[in-house]
Amino acid sequence: MKQYLKDKNFRAGLLITGIMLCVILIGLLWTPYDPNAMSGSEKLLKPSAAHLFGTDNFGRDIFSRVIQGAGATFLIAAAAVAIGLVIGLIIGGLTGYYGGVLDEILMRISDTILAFPSILLALVMIAILGKGKYNIIIALGILFIPSFARIVRSEVAKQKNTDYVRNARLMGASNMRILFLHIMPNIVPVLLSSVAIGFNNAVLSEASMSYLGVGVQPPDPSLGRLLSEAQGYLFQAPWYAICTGLAIILLILGFGLLSEGMGGE
Amino acid sequence: MTYVLKKTGVLIISLILISLLAFLAFQIIPGDPTTKILGTDYTPERAEALREQLGLNDPLPARYLSWLKGLLQGDPGISYSYFMPVKEVMSGKIQVTAALSLLSWVLVMLFSIPLGILLARFEGGHFERAGIVLNQVFMAVPPFFLGMLFTYLFGLVLHWFMPGGYIPFSQSVPGALGYMFFPALAIAIPKAAKTAKLLRSSILNEMNKDYVRTAYSRGNSRWAVLRDHVLRNAMLPVITYLAMSLADTVAGSIIVEQVFALPGLGRLLLSAIGNRDFPVAQCIVVIIAFVVVFMNYLADIITQYVDPRVRLS
Amino acid sequence: MKKRFIAMVLAFVMVLALGACTSETPANDPGTETPEATGGMVEGGEITVGLYNDLDASLDPHMSSSSAGTREILFNIFEGLVKPNSDGELVPAIAESYSVNDSADQYTFKLRQGVKFHNGKDVTADDVVWSLSRAAGLETGEPLVGDVANIAAVTKTDDTTIVIDLKKPDTEFLAHITTAIIPEGIDPLTEVVGTGPFKYVSRVIQSEIVLEKFDEYWGEPAHLDKVTLKIIENPETLVMSLRSGAVDMAVRLNANQIKTLTNLKVLEGSSNIVQAIYLNNAVKPFDDVRVRQALCYALDKHEIIDLSSDGYGSPVGSSMFPAFGKYFMPELTDYYTKDLDKARELLTEAGYPDGFEFTITVPSTMQTHVDVAQTIVELLRPIGVTAKVDQVEWATWYSDAYQNRQFEATVIGMDAHGVAASDMLARFQSTNAKNFINFNSPEYDATYTAAISTTDDAEQTRLFKECETILAEEAANVYIQDGASFTAMSTNLEGMEFYPLYVLDLSTIYRTE
Repeated sequence: MKQYLKDKNFRAGLLITGIMLCVILIGLLWTPYDPNAMSGSEKLLKPSAAHLFGTDNFGRDIFSRVIQGAGATFLIAAAAVAIGLVIGLIIGGLTGYYGGVLDEILMRISDTILAFPSILLALVMIAILGKGKYNIIIALGILFIPSFARIVRSEVAKQKNTDYVRNARLMGASNMRILFLHIMPNIVPVLLSSVAIGFNNAVLSEASMSYLGVGVQPPDPSLGRLLSEAQGYLFQAPWYAICTGLAIILLILGFGLLSEGMGGE
Repeated sequence: MTYVLKKTGVLIISLILISLLAFLAFQIIPGDPTTKILGTDYTPERAEALREQLGLNDPLPARYLSWLKGLLQGDPGISYSYFMPVKEVMSGKIQVTAALSLLSWVLVMLFSIPLGILLARFEGGHFERAGIVLNQVFMAVPPFFLGMLFTYLFGLVLHWFMPGGYIPFSQSVPGALGYMFFPALAIAIPKAAKTAKLLRSSILNEMNKDYVRTAYSRGNSRWAVLRDHVLRNAMLPVITYLAMSLADTVAGSIIVEQVFALPGLGRLLLSAIGNRDFPVAQCIVVIIAFVVVFMNYLADIITQYVDPRVRLS
Repeated sequence: MKKRFIAMVLAFVMVLALGACTSETPANDPGTETPEATGGMVEGGEITVGLYNDLDASLDPHMSSSSAGTREILFNIFEGLVKPNSDGELVPAIAESYSVNDSADQYTFKLRQGVKFHNGKDVTADDVVWSLSRAAGLETGEPLVGDVANIAAVTKTDDTTIVIDLKKPDTEFLAHITTAIIPEGIDPLTEVVGTGPFKYVSRVIQSEIVLEKFDEYWGEPAHLDKVTLKIIENPETLVMSLRSGAVDMAVRLNANQIKTLTNLKVLEGSSNIVQAIYLNNAVKPFDDVRVRQALCYALDKHEIIDLSSDGYGSPVGSSMFPAFGKYFMPELTDYYTKDLDKARELLTEAGYPDGFEFTITVPSTMQTHVDVAQTIVELLRPIGVTAKVDQVEWATWYSDAYQNRQFEATVIGMDAHGVAASDMLARFQSTNAKNFINFNSPEYDATYTAAISTTDDAEQTRLFKECETILAEEAANVYIQDGASFTAMSTNLEGMEFYPLYVLDLSTIYRTE
């Protein structure tokens, strides 16, 4: 952690992500207004002290909605990354440790999958699974498996010939024990950067899918859905789209910088 | 030559695999298309006749082969939503998406290469620092949001283009391309930022190599070293990246078409997925997948010609 | 051009408030301009009209699945023996005159001479027989067009005379005989050929449809030479296209969309639909009348209209919209007044003291319905009812919700095909093929059957109103409004005629200097 803090990108990323997460956390408990409360007399108001980001076509407070949407988007991203990470760890760990034909086949498949634009694959998954919040999580989670599996595999393959692993083996530790208790903790630092990239991609994918109308469905909130609603009022209330878009950019930027600071891409 | 042959072999196998996967992916989805097509006119007899007509009663391998054959002959089946040949439903839409992605791809190159070189040239200066920060921000902007901003700024405020006023290719090619400029820009900017960053670090990486020091020691200026020695080597990873990023611009088009009301494959794919019109969805997915795989293949071949070291390894 | 208004217009169908649909315009409405004549009429020219929804896959005028949006365009291409005019009266089209026997089960039509199809052929009695037989499903036994399902036989007695025998007497039959006449033997799936003022030229799916003036039209010819219907599904893009001049005209805009259209002429009309939350009466919890009534008590239609469309729209309380002056019952509008305690009480009685969850399915491109659905979600929260909105493609909505009745609730508008009360009421008979909400009331069935069987006008009106009252009492659906419908057109266009039906008549529109 200390060595990362020296990196400017990491510090900037930590700051942005930290602020966003604080806002999201507070938003889970409290928002200035009920994000869903409509008001016929307060439609499409400009940003003001009372409504920081103004109000939408139903008189709802956009600031509250953006906080709530950012929280939902973040949770979706977190769940998708978690799915990808856990399954990626298992597959990558096993293939990296044992190698062999299975390893070869799985890596070829993951190469092919990684070559594809993720939005296209996500759309195909949605076609199979159906729309909605949970299906988005599953679809994105599955899409993230190959990239995590790949990194874990190469790290495990590197580590398995190191001295400490040989020692553990001599001590009679089982393969599973070696893999999950000895090797895995050592690849965590490398993984952190990919997790940040994963979040980056997940936020962008969720926003895109929900914008296209195949992701989160109303009344469930999400930044992508807000943006697609905001598009309808681009002329009357440009701040709606701009504020929502800025929230998306900040989330993506924060995770992007974090990943870079940790030596990713 | 053996390298090219080998890669071509892999390409063909990949294409077959992709078509198989795309076919299977849409077969495992439950539901009977005949109920959808017939609606209230549904009777078991009519459904049976329709199944026969659509070839749904054949075993899976036979259906795959006949679909693949049709695909290769340019006849990828019948749309369930429109009940007309997929080819007809897609008519005119491939051109829109193809033109949009190519245009944005060209823009990516136009922006990223000079920018990457400039950033490397002025390493350590204020210009570079400002450039890198901006670059980082642009990388984080979703193309569809950029599209909305462009619509608002250039369309609604400045009136530089007419939002929604897309002119089909059939009426005016310059008109169509003109309308596509801003959508293409929206797709290109984040991608160009990423490419410029890659080029910059690739150049800086080369700059630390021995041959560069030798060049400097001969009294060459930084520009001259960059131009005559570094660029060729530094471009290698970038060329590969650019070739592969055509796939990303295709994906970008699918989304950005929605923002600018462009009648391309994106809208069709979405409605096909929404309407469970799988022959259409399947066909679009396969077309894009083919483009992706083919561009990767080209990237491999180009890299090999530009850099003989790859040939040896 | 002399128009022959023959005395074929049945008085009881016709008592529709003249111009009812334009009369609701608030005088001081800032978004609405009074159309003023600017410059003289220019014949010819072309315009681009923006549509927010693609037309149906099939342009077969006899397809049962035609949506209102498709039918209103096909209105310009196809004609029946008679057709409605902008006053809601039926005027002769392919027929020239008709007579009906005393028992109202046999209609005889005299065909107009010299009517041509778009393919240049003359309309013959054989074409009429073929078209009506096809629509009524006389050979297959399955009518394609519900309106003419009552036809038992169509016979040609001579080259210009057609006799139609009905299965049951129907005094409103004329309103149903607007069914398109097409050339004998064509495949309407691939050939779009009618007799209307515009002929079909080409179509690109999800992109555009091109119509051209039909020069050999028998009646008042269209003013414009060419109309391009451009599909712009995103509501904001449609508005921007209007602002930028990329499209010259768009219909059925909502109150939000017209706010920024300052450089255009905006005309207000009514949609001529009954917008409601249609509830699937066959699924839990909506199979319980108390639950349906609870929703009615929880949802204030005035509040919905205020929130979703700034107060533009006429509230309705049953399946009838105001343009049907004679049958519309304003007293039903506030049959239920907002009473949350009453709503909770009814839910408790029905066994849902803590509310329940349900899904509202809405076609994603129909912004007005989507907005109303969102409002409903919010307004139902206080009584513990959690609604979700599922936005689907129109074709999916049609096949899943409407045809296969796989839905819980949906926000949609129902329009009338013709100018008969039965158009709005027939579908709620328990066995009706269009009864997609599975409404089941023996009392309603009996009242409706009595209404269409009687030949006494006053009695029939009373019975139809009785039907409307039953729908309100039973809370078959939560009726909301006949939505406001705005037409925006560039200032050099004139001649828009509002119909009391869901119709867009392109033939009357002309350019000015």
